[in-house]
Amino acid sequence: MTREEPPGRRDVAVVAFAQTDVARTTDELSEVEMLMPVLHSVLERTGLKTADIDFTCSGSSDYLAGRAFSFTLALDGVGAWPPISESHVEMDGAWALYEAWTKLLTGDADTALVYSYGKSSPGSLRDVLTRQLDPYYVAPLWPDSVALAALQAQALIDAGDTDEPALAAIGARSRRTATLNSHAQLRGSVPQGDYAVRPLRTGDCPPVGDGAAAVVLAAGERARELCSRPAWIRGVDHRVEAHSLGVRDLTDSPSTRLAAQRAGAFDRPVDTAELHAPFSSQEVVLRKALRLDDSVRVNLSGGALAANPVMAAGLIRIGEAAARIHRGDSDRALAHATSGPCLQQNLVAVLEGEPR
Amino acid sequence: MPEVLKAPLVVEFPFTRSLGPVQSAFLTGLRERVVLGVRTGDGRTLVPPVEYDPVTAEEIHDLVPVAPTGTVTTWAWNHAPRRGQPLATPFAWVLVRLDGADTALLHALDAPGPDAVRTGMRVRIRWAAERVGAITDIACFEPHTGEPEPPGGGLDALAHDPVTGIVAPARLDYTYSPGRAQSAYIAGLSARRTVGERCPSCRKVYVPPRGACPTCGVPTAERVEVGPRGTVTTFCIVNIKAKNLDIEVPYVYAHIALDGADLALHGRIGGIPYDQVRMGLRVEPVWTEGARHPDHYRPTGEPDADYDVYKELL
Repeated sequence: MTREEPPGRRDVAVVAFAQTDVARTTDELSEVEMLMPVLHSVLERTGLKTADIDFTCSGSSDYLAGRAFSFTLALDGVGAWPPISESHVEMDGAWALYEAWTKLLTGDADTALVYSYGKSSPGSLRDVLTRQLDPYYVAPLWPDSVALAALQAQALIDAGDTDEPALAAIGARSRRTATLNSHAQLRGSVPQGDYAVRPLRTGDCPPVGDGAAAVVLAAGERARELCSRPAWIRGVDHRVEAHSLGVRDLTDSPSTRLAAQRAGAFDRPVDTAELHAPFSSQEVVLRKALRLDDSVRVNLSGGALAANPVMAAGLIRIGEAAARIHRGDSDRALAHATSGPCLQQNLVAVLEGEPR
Repeated sequence: MPEVLKAPLVVEFPFTRSLGPVQSAFLTGLRERVVLGVRTGDGRTLVPPVEYDPVTAEEIHDLVPVAPTGTVTTWAWNHAPRRGQPLATPFAWVLVRLDGADTALLHALDAPGPDAVRTGMRVRIRWAAERVGAITDIACFEPHTGEPEPPGGGLDALAHDPVTGIVAPARLDYTYSPGRAQSAYIAGLSARRTVGERCPSCRKVYVPPRGACPTCGVPTAERVEVGPRGTVTTFCIVNIKAKNLDIEVPYVYAHIALDGADLALHGRIGGIPYDQVRMGLRVEPVWTEGARHPDHYRPTGEPDADYDVYKELL
């Protein structure tokens, strides 16, 4: 590493990861009922109990639940009996992980439980996501998430960066690799389908599904005790684009590039990348921004085109990357999470395993 | 597994938002058929205008009118319009760079089909017949074959009666499912029974159950019938009449620990003057015909419960 580390910074690692199967509907389960098996699974892997966790941080969205302060109900699943050190972000769990990571870096905690969940099935996700848009100039027009992604896809096609067959190939590859991921919602051959919003076909769009994920972070020696091959977090950074879509060059993602640079992604090559690209066209943008060539294994999990539980899909990218390091399938991995329309906000984490 | 319960849930409210000087001018302009951009320090014109330069974060407020004609910078064909969108017939979403602007505005383009739309095509604003000072004052864009048109007139009107706020109605429709534990609770109520769940670890009985013990963080599954009688643990006297609620004030709202439960639920107390309700009062549910839950709780006539019996449930 050529990058200078702040003096005395602690090493923090992802030591365990668990996720639910992602399903189109989970009406028979409340959020906490869906989440609890994942929380117990991730703790079991480390031998920790809820009372052993120094800091808990979660990500979710009230707009999915249609209810205020919905995360407080899910807190029942972690035994949130005072005094507990706990926080929540109204975002994907990847951002909750960022908060937990900084908490561990301060030395205030040695272990952290990070979880996130989303049940998209009770509402209409395309309409729900319009509520995160600029409320003055954009939200009153109700442009849905697929429509905005389609504008970005057309911009990429016009720029000569991709075409419809190439986009279809990205979706097909994602679902093919997802055959090895039992948690994925769409696996194997899926028809490319009709236009959802042209130029995007249903095969270019993520499945709408419910799911949850959790990871455990630990610092220094504690990480070595809890995991035989910790996935050390070498850097995390997140950046945001200009709010107005019409100000941006939709064919590029400078925020992803800057986040990757600050996270140390370009210091040395990565062998694995988990990209949160809900739409096939967004993988084109991210590969360019992250300078990923064919030597990097991208989205072996199937990525968001195979399973995209909103608020958990970004955390799952970090979890999948970490799990490959835990298993010895990767030595240096990049994980990316996004939030908002057309890759509005982007987070990049770089994870490493020690030499074997 | 009992049948999965479902019910419609509509979340609907008008967001009342105030505008800053730049947004106020822009939306006032739309009402008067004038599109305003804002000039940045390096001479670019942003449309729609914002109060801060997205690159430098410098505060900007130098407003300039731009043309109602422009060029499509990207588009997407929407063959199935959704509720609330600008047109009810198939249309193209477009980003349009108006003549005189350096950035693009998102809106709808009315066109006969996707073959009639391309990046680079020329378009013009179609104004809404009635304009109120909102982005929807632009009804949509339409194809335009002529020369760029000059910025609209009527700038004088902008100083008069400026738009200072918008009301943005939002409505989202959900189908709510309460999950396993609460479904069992609701199913129990249909037989006028109150069913809680016991924590396997601390043995507390939660009612209504949520499927997890919030103290121990473990799933609860053992169902336990509690009540029907209970004890008022604490209460308040409500003096403000709630909208759409047919209950005379003042009335008493109380926490009630049903017999056998380790958590108090809440309900209204009736059948006793409001100023005679007290901690320790023994109560029972009163059901009305066809109701899905107790209408209220009334005194049983038993002696009050001893404080030590319910002090842990306050």
